[in-house]
Formats: sequence, structure tokens, C-alpha cells
Amino acid sequence: MSVDVEATAAAKPASPPPSEGAARSASSQRALRKRERRFLHRDKWWGYALIAPAGLGLAVFYLWPVLQTLYFSFTEWGPFGGTSWIGLENYRTMLHDPEVWQSLGNSLIYTVLVLLGIPVSMVLAVLLNLKGMRGTGFYRTLYFLPVVTMPAAVAVVWRWLYNGDVGILNQALDAIGVDGTYWVSDPGVVRFAVAAVGVWMTVGYNMILLLAGLQGIPQDYYEAASLDGAGRVRQFFSVTLPLLSPTLFFTTVLSVIQSLQVFDLIYMILGANTSVGVTNPAYSEGQTIVMLFFQKSFYDNQRAYGAAIVCVLFVLIMALTALQFRLQKRWVHYD
Amino acid sequence: MTETSVAAPRRTRPEGGRPPAAARRAARRNREGRLWPAHVLLSLGAVVTVFPLLWQVLTSFKSFGESTRVPPTFLPEHWDWSNYATVFSSIPFTDQLLNTVLMTLLRTVAQLLLCSMAAYAFARIAFPGRGALFLGFLAVLMVPSQLFLLPQYQIMQDLGWLNSLQALVVPGMFSAFGTFLLRQFFLGLPTELEEAARLDGANPFTVFWRIALPLARPGLLALGILTFLWSWNDLMWPLVVNTDPSQMPLSAGLATLQGAHLTEYPVLMAGSVLATLPVIVVFVAMQRHFIQGIAFSGMKG
Repeated sequence: MSVDVEATAAAKPASPPPSEGAARSASSQRALRKRERRFLHRDKWWGYALIAPAGLGLAVFYLWPVLQTLYFSFTEWGPFGGTSWIGLENYRTMLHDPEVWQSLGNSLIYTVLVLLGIPVSMVLAVLLNLKGMRGTGFYRTLYFLPVVTMPAAVAVVWRWLYNGDVGILNQALDAIGVDGTYWVSDPGVVRFAVAAVGVWMTVGYNMILLLAGLQGIPQDYYEAASLDGAGRVRQFFSVTLPLLSPTLFFTTVLSVIQSLQVFDLIYMILGANTSVGVTNPAYSEGQTIVMLFFQKSFYDNQRAYGAAIVCVLFVLIMALTALQFRLQKRWVHYD
Repeated sequence: MTETSVAAPRRTRPEGGRPPAAARRAARRNREGRLWPAHVLLSLGAVVTVFPLLWQVLTSFKSFGESTRVPPTFLPEHWDWSNYATVFSSIPFTDQLLNTVLMTLLRTVAQLLLCSMAAYAFARIAFPGRGALFLGFLAVLMVPSQLFLLPQYQIMQDLGWLNSLQALVVPGMFSAFGTFLLRQFFLGLPTELEEAARLDGANPFTVFWRIALPLARPGLLALGILTFLWSWNDLMWPLVVNTDPSQMPLSAGLATLQGAHLTEYPVLMAGSVLATLPVIVVFVAMQRHFIQGIAFSGMKG
């Protein structure tokens, strides 16, 4: 998504501002270089030829499908495959569909709970960034393992850890005298159980982003702060946190976008793919909006309704991202 | 010199060696000594992170009876390979591994080639309509992948590609994200070499292929790693297009395996070990590139 790259650029280390004159000459130099760059080649046919393969593929398999999905969402799927225009009917149905509201709620709760992993990542990143810290690469590798592991496999593994009867989690809880539960089939806890796995999967990723941000904070700022008599804690809140806020913002935006689209992990953890159909009593408490889209489109044969569901998801993602960009003025410091 | 800095070397001098180095070492040891609470916290976190994966591997070598024992055994009593055999007999594992490898390789190679070509054109060639075309790429970038799914499925159906390798590969060959990423990369490269080649009469493709592409290696590596990871782990698209087990990649195969052996955890653990092991091996071998690549671009959403 475009926010990625934009925000990465924003997340780059804030270097101490150069002097006025230097800044001006640097920017004019950059403008000059930009103009040269633009005129490097002027052979338009080469331009079209180089763009054509990717461009045509994207047009056929991506751009056109988006428009089609949008169109489908205003239609009804006939029994023999034809579509007929029904206007906003699908959206009106969604308004009164408890399943839609529930799965939207589940996705939002998951998103918020997974955001709670960011402070954890932050603590880990700060620890790894301590002066004189050894073994950084080793820790980084370990924390990153869940990030590269296939989500479907992660789900299979956690289902086993969470097993209510003989799972290792409940056996460990038993040993300290706490009663466990059926983590993935208890409607009251399933959301927290899947969100915990979501946090486990993303902590290493967010940690890497935040660590890159921390490493970009110039050391002089800390030296200046400690000359002013600021202690470690004070330094964290008045130097680290403000200077890291662009990275934190970027991490948050990405996390929200990715969490709202979660599918693999929860689909597999809930055991939605058995030959006997869904047997999990906590299914509706766990089902995300993308899972509902998948169910409607490919199992219930209500493709137009499925299309309307993903259109709503798209709008929701855009709205939440836009909201975060507006709210960033309150807490993100760029300088 | 202050009192302490004189005192420290004096203590170490009798043992021989150069005092300043010894003092530095002492200072470092002192600093490291204060770092132990950080190490405790980090190790705790690391244990929580790694334990599920370790438990997965250990369980995959236990018999079903042993896996359900209370209290549990940590190491398997005897290392039982039969769960792996069960995986091979319940899903066409070798077919699925081959599908996954082909899907991942073909998508990655195609993306690197197609995205870098388009990216170079956007970054360096002036032609009418470039801005509008780029906006089109950006528009695709903004949209969550689920919005493409239904029409893509229909295209596959119309082409008669359901349950085929083409279905797994073709839509994933094109990427707006990759084009954008590499365009940014090309824009950051110095143009002098390319200009020189241009003056020597090389055409834009030659300049791109011979000069710019080799310089863009780090960007290509980042995109390659992301595409590799994303393709290997992708589940929803394969579940939709390839329902025949012999045409599935491992991710969808694992879903089938779970459907068939819902409570036989040692078998499921064996399946998930087999599905993830190749990625873990590649990750450990190239971890610096992985981590840099992912931090560099923000993972594909």
C-alpha cells in the first residue's frame, strides 16, 4: 500500500537541521538533479515498451477487477451466473445483517488488541538499542522467526498449544493452580486467544521497524539532554519518544491495515476448513470480516454480497488510515 | 587524569598487558554487568517467541499417545518419524512442495523482471501519459487484495485455468507495490554512469539492463525476499483457485491436512514443520537481507 513507502520515508531518522544556506543549496542541487533525471531518456516508445508488460498485467488482473468488484456490489447474482442491477440493496441488507456487524466488530477488536503489541516491540527495541548490548543479532533472529513462518502453520501450532484438554498451556496453568479453558472454542475468550497469536506473530516485525527508527536518533541529542541533567527516564520521554514518533506512527498505520485484513491465521485457528463443516462453537465470535467475505463469496454462492462486504472493508481501511493521518498532528513530531 | 582512571590500570598492570586496553575492557565489563536485567527480559521474550516453534518440532516426533499424556513429556521418548510418513500418505506432499516452489520462483522472477522494467521507465524516461499511468499503478497499490479476488477467480474460470499452475502463478507475477518500491530505488541512484552509457549511444533498455539493474541489487533483493515470503505463505488465493489436492501449494495442503486430521496433532505438527522449514532455512541463511529488506519497505499489506 502506498502509505508504506510514504511513511517509510517519513520514518527516516530526523537528522539535525543543517544551516539555512546549506539547506538551500542542497535543495536547489536536488532540483537540478531531478531535472536531469527527468531528461535522461526521451524515447517515449521505450517508455511504453518497458511499462507495457507490468501495466497490462496490472490492468487485467488488478485494476479492472477492482472496478468489477465495485460493480458486483450493486448487483444480484442470478442462479445461472448473470447479474442484475439492484442498486444499494446489498448494502441495505448488510445494515441489518448481524453476521456482518459481528465480524466487523471482531476484526476491529482484533486490530485494537494487536496494536497492544507495539509497546512490547518498543520495549524490546529499546533494550536491543542499549549502548554496549551484545547478542543483538541473535535476539533479532529469534524474534523474527514468527514473522517468516507461514500463518497457516502458525495457526496449526497454536491450536495445539491452546488445546483445552492436553494443550501445553493448560497443563502449565494447571501446574500453578489456574484453571485453563478451551481457548479457541470458548466464545468469551477466543478473540483474546487469536489476538495473542497475532501479537506473537507481529512483535518481531514491529521491533525491527522501531529499532531502525531508534538507531536513526543522533547520539548528540542524548548527550545534550544528559548535560541538561535529564536522567534515563526523562531522556526516554523527551528525546526518544518524540523522535521515534514518526516510526511509531508508521508502525501503527501498517498494523491497522494488516490486522483488518487478517484471514489465514484465524480461519485456520478456528478450524473452519474441516470436511464436516464448521463445528467450533466460538466461530461467530472469532470470524473476521474477510472470513465472512470468503464464506459468502465462495461457499454460500452470494458473490455480489461478498463484493459489497469487501467494498465496505476497503472504505473502512481508507477511513481509519485517513483518520490516523489527521490525528498524527497531535502526537507525531517531524523536524 | 582523574583518580579512578589511574587506579583502575594500576590494579591490572601487574598481570601485564597495556593499561589503557585493560581499563577499556574493565569499563566495558562494567557496562555489560549493568546490562543483565535487559538480557533477562530479552531472553524471557525470546523463550516465549521460540517455544511454540520448538514445541511444534518436538510434538511432531511423538506418538499420538505420548502427545496427549498428562503431565507431558518434553523430549520424545523415542523419535518417531511415522507422523511424517502419515503426512506423505494423506496429502500429495511432493506435488505440493513442487507447486509451492514453482509458484514462488516463477512469481518472484517475473515480478523482479516486470517491476524493474516498469520502475525504470517511470524513474528515468520522459514520455507523454507517464503521470497518468503512474497514478493507475498507485491506485492498485491502495486497494486491499481481497477486492481483486472475485474477478480474478472468474478470469481463471473463463480461461479454464482452475486447478492449474498458471492459476497459482499468473496474477501474482504483477505487482504495483514492487514497481513502486523499485522506482523509489532507481530515483535514489546516481545518474552519471547511465548518462555516460547514454552518450555512448546505448538504447534505454541497454542502459537499464547493463547499468541501472546491477546498481539496484539491494532493492531487487528486498523485493525478491518479500515476494518469496509472501508467495510461499499465501493461502487464500490457492484455496480459491486450486481445489484439487495435487494442484495445491503447501499452505492449502496444510489446511486440507487439518481438515482431515483435526485432532491428530503430531501429524499436523509434522505437516507444519515440513511447510515452514524451507522458509526458515532460507531466512536463517539470509537473515540480514531479510530483515533489512523488510525494514526497508514495510511488508506488503
